[in-house]
Amino acid sequence: MNAPLLSVSGLTRRFGGLVAVDGVTLEVRAGEIVGLLGPNGSGKTTVLNLISGALKADAGSVQLRGRALEKLPAFKIAREGVARTFQLVRVLGSMTCKENVIAGLAFGAKSRWGTEAEQAAHELLVRVGLAARGNVMTSELTYIDQKRLELARALAMQPQLLLLDEWLAGLNPNELRNGIELVRSLRAEGRTILMVEHVMDAIRSLCDRCYVMNAGRKIAEGTPKDVLADPEVIRAYLGDADA
Amino acid sequence: MSIRNSAFSAAMIALIVLLAFVPLVTNGYQLSLAINIMSYMVLATAWTLFSGPTRYVSLATVAFFGIGAYTVAVLGEELSWPLVLAIAFSIGFALSLIVGLSTLRLSGVYFVIFTFGLAELVRQLVTWYEVNVTRTLGRYIFIDVTHAQIYWQLLALAVIVFISGWLIQRSKLGLALRVIGDDEAVARHVGINTTLAKVVLFAFSASFMTLAGAIMAPRWTYIDPAIAFNPVVSFQVLIMALLGGVHRLYGPVFGVIPLVILFEVLLAKFPNHFSIMVGIAFLLIVYAIPRGIVGLVEGMQFSLHKAKGAKA
Repeated sequence: MNAPLLSVSGLTRRFGGLVAVDGVTLEVRAGEIVGLLGPNGSGKTTVLNLISGALKADAGSVQLRGRALEKLPAFKIAREGVARTFQLVRVLGSMTCKENVIAGLAFGAKSRWGTEAEQAAHELLVRVGLAARGNVMTSELTYIDQKRLELARALAMQPQLLLLDEWLAGLNPNELRNGIELVRSLRAEGRTILMVEHVMDAIRSLCDRCYVMNAGRKIAEGTPKDVLADPEVIRAYLGDADA
Repeated sequence: MSIRNSAFSAAMIALIVLLAFVPLVTNGYQLSLAINIMSYMVLATAWTLFSGPTRYVSLATVAFFGIGAYTVAVLGEELSWPLVLAIAFSIGFALSLIVGLSTLRLSGVYFVIFTFGLAELVRQLVTWYEVNVTRTLGRYIFIDVTHAQIYWQLLALAVIVFISGWLIQRSKLGLALRVIGDDEAVARHVGINTTLAKVVLFAFSASFMTLAGAIMAPRWTYIDPAIAFNPVVSFQVLIMALLGGVHRLYGPVFGVIPLVILFEVLLAKFPNHFSIMVGIAFLLIVYAIPRGIVGLVEGMQFSLHKAKGAKA
C-alpha cells in the first residue's frame, strides 16, 4: 500500500464551548477521490478549512506527503499544493473569467505569468467548458458557470490535493450530470480529491472511499455503499427509529 | 497595438512638456492654483495606488503629508535639498511599514477608523513634543525655492507616481492587490501573501504622500501641527479620488481638478461655512456618482455599446 498523500490525525477545533471538529483522523491516497459526509453542522467544512489553513487547529496534525501543514498560513499551504473551492461559490467579481484563472496560475508553487499564463488560462477554461467566455465578466456568469470557473482557478494551481466543498450543490439535474462528468474526468487525469458532498448520486458514482462525520466526530469510514448502509450513519442523518 | 502604444506615449510626453510650461505663462494666483492641483494630484493618485485595488479606505493621508512637511521644517536648512527629500521618503516608508504591519490585518471600517486615529495621534505627538521639548508650537521654513520650482518638483513626482502605478498594475503585485480587493480569502487560498502585498503597496503610497508634503512645505513659511496635520486634507483627497473614480489609476485626475477649483471658490466665498460645504459635496458625490466620473463615462459607453448591439 502506498503512503497517503494527505494524513490528518487527531484534528480538533473549538469555537467557544462548541467542539466543531473533535479528534478527526483521516487519510487520502494519491489518485483517490474521498468523500466527507455528514449532516449539516457536523464539521465537514471546518475540516476543509483546517486543512487549507483558513482556520487554525487547536490540536492535531495535517501532513501532505509528510510535510506538516497545520502551522502554516493559508497562502503557504496553497503553495505546498492544496487548492480548494468554497461552499458558497467565490469568484472574483471585478475581473474577467480569464483573469480569475490567471489569479490561480500566478501565485502558486509553479508560478506562471504573461503569455504563458494567458495560454494556460485558455486551456483551463476549455477544460471546464468555458472556452468562449474568457473575456466575459464573472458577474455575468450563471451559477454553474461560476462553479466551473472556481474549479478552473483551483486547477490552475496544479494542486496535489484538491478540496471541493459542496461543489455539486445547488445544481439542477442536467447541470449535476455535467458536474459529475467533470469531476470524473479529473480522476481520469489522476487528480486527488477530498470532497464534502451531500448529493448521494455524486458520492456513489465518484467516491472511492468516504468518511462520515456527526457532531464533530468521525462515525464511519469505508466504501460509499458500506457507509451509507451503516446503522449509525442512518441514525445521524435520520434520527433514531423510535424518535 | 504598438503604434497605438507609441502614439499614447508620445501624447503623454507632449502633455508633460506642456504642463512643464505652466509656470512660465501664468500669474502668481494661477500658479498657486496649479501647485494646489498638482499637489492633490500626487496625493489622490498615491491614495488610489493602494486604496483603489484593495478597497482599504485610508484616512491617514495627512499623517504622511504632515511628516514630510515636518521633515523639511526640522532639516530643511541643515542639509542639501535632495538629501532632505531622501530622508523624508525614508521616514515615510519606515513609518508606513510599521503602521502597515500593525493595521493591515484590520479590514473594513476598523481600518478606516484606525487610519483616522493614526493621523490624530501623530498630530498630538508632534504637538506634545513641540510644547514640552522645543517649547514653541510653530516652526518657520526659510528655504530659497520659487513657486515655479515647487510646481516642477510636484510635476516630476506626479510623473513618477503614475509610472510606478502603471508598472505595478501590469505586475503580479497589481493582480494580487485586485484579488485582495475582490476577496481576501480567495487571495490567501491561491497563494498570495496578502499581508506582504498590502504592506509593500501601502508603504509606497505613503512614501509618495510624504514626499508631496516635503515639497509643499516651503510654500507655507510657517507651520504648526494644526496646519501640517489638518485632517480635512485626508477627507479632501478621499473625495477627489472617489469623484474621479478609483478603479483606474488616472481616475483621480478628473476629481482633483474640479474639486480643487471648487474648494478654492468655497474658501473665498464661504470661509465660515467651508467644512459644511465640503461635507455636502462629499454626500452629493457618493450618492450621485458612486463609481466616479470615469466609471460614469465607462458605464455610458457600455450601455451605448449594448444598445448598438441590440439594434444590429
